[in-house]
Amino acid sequence: MAIRERLSGNEAVSFAIKQINPDVVPAFPITPSTEIPQFIASYIANGEIDTVFVPVESEHSAMSATIAASAAGARALTATSSAGMALMWEELYLAASNRLPIVLTLVNRALSGPININADHSDGMGARDAGWIQLYAEDNQEAYDNMVQAYRISEHKDVKLPVMVCQDGFITSHAVQNIDLIETEKVKAFVGEYEPEEYLLNAANPMAVGPYATSGYYMEAKRAQAQAMFDSKKVILEIAEEFEKLSGRKYGFFEEYRMEDAEYAMVIMGSAAGAAKDAVDKLREEGKKVGLIKVRMFRPFPAQELAAALSKVKAVALMDRADSFNGFSGPLASDVRAALFANKLTPDTVAYVYGLGGRDVRVEDLEGVYDALLRGDLACEEIPYRYLGVRE
Amino acid sequence: MKTDVHKINENMSWRDITLGCMVFASGTSREFSTGEWRVDTPVFHEDKCKQCLLCVPVCPDSSIPVKDEKRLDFDYDHCKGCGICAKACPFDAISMKRGEK
Repeated sequence: MAIRERLSGNEAVSFAIKQINPDVVPAFPITPSTEIPQFIASYIANGEIDTVFVPVESEHSAMSATIAASAAGARALTATSSAGMALMWEELYLAASNRLPIVLTLVNRALSGPININADHSDGMGARDAGWIQLYAEDNQEAYDNMVQAYRISEHKDVKLPVMVCQDGFITSHAVQNIDLIETEKVKAFVGEYEPEEYLLNAANPMAVGPYATSGYYMEAKRAQAQAMFDSKKVILEIAEEFEKLSGRKYGFFEEYRMEDAEYAMVIMGSAAGAAKDAVDKLREEGKKVGLIKVRMFRPFPAQELAAALSKVKAVALMDRADSFNGFSGPLASDVRAALFANKLTPDTVAYVYGLGGRDVRVEDLEGVYDALLRGDLACEEIPYRYLGVRE
Repeated sequence: MKTDVHKINENMSWRDITLGCMVFASGTSREFSTGEWRVDTPVFHEDKCKQCLLCVPVCPDSSIPVKDEKRLDFDYDHCKGCGICAKACPFDAISMKRGEK
């Protein structure tokens, strides 16, 4: 029987980490992810896990030490947010290109400036091209479930890529919710022991990690990395299926909510999907054919699958909790539009940026987005996308 | 994916590149002639050398071989011609050829 609990998102992810008992956790505190290394340190102090905690002097060092531990043969993990991940920028690329199965729990927070400690996706979006698999969560349960699945994906022989387990700062990380936890022995059996084939501390088989690649090799290395990202899609679905057998909870690349006959849809990611579902329910009661797609896996981007899921809609709102400052739209909107175009689909689209720096996103705000879709109010006059609820 | 480092070459497919370009062997830098990068070249004058060995530890490329406590001539396959050895030598036993391999 599952364990019924009530935990914050940070507690939930930390609990999963305790159940997994990773070998090495180098971390540096930053709001709102600070609690995760704090909980891990407490588990170690209490003798509940035998993880080696490395207190480093910066996030640059945190990711460097995580990479080093992973290359040495350890199951390694770190946690961060916002500016912390920005400081890891160089190392994020190294983790992915060196094909190291690292897990980073990212508690999404706005990037400066103006300096702000609250939720938005600008940190995760900044790393979207770093070569990491990115899984986003709507609530504590999903954050926990993604954490339990993360190493299985990351360490899979056809993947060998780092995974970012993302949840929204404060909204998810600090809000306490009911949650179903899986028994520790079942989590341990599901995740399994990490037995790397090749690792630096294996004196019997000397090796080198991260060598220089001349222009005669660099493109081949990147092509191979791109293949792993592509191949990870199949693995992510297989692991989700196995996880469903364990937990009864179903995961895919995205969740389709009341999309069966939907003519008007919204594509959204993270905690605001909860409020959006309430808006969908309310409008469905009024007979409006609205639905929602909540993206769980942003990297790799499920372009073809999303296009198929949107193939019957008349209009779709594309919701970004980060601005891309490209003068066109947020990153999710750009990718979804590209996916539609590549699949020869041309529903009406409107791109929104919402909830920056922890700005509240209420059910009625999202109802307003559906209302605009239903009215055909899609024109963007001043700039090509909309800032939801900004004071004009 | 483990590949013999000696089989890696610039004609191979991306499918055969090792994971993250990892090198599954040790001491492979010996096989890479960094000496090709050299612009200036040190010349060893054995007659002036007192075998004090001050040049050996300052060489960043381990290009001054030592045998039986005596330095030998330069390893030109790996010497990049930085000239630190020539600066370190108190006896002018190393001179630098400018712009020559």
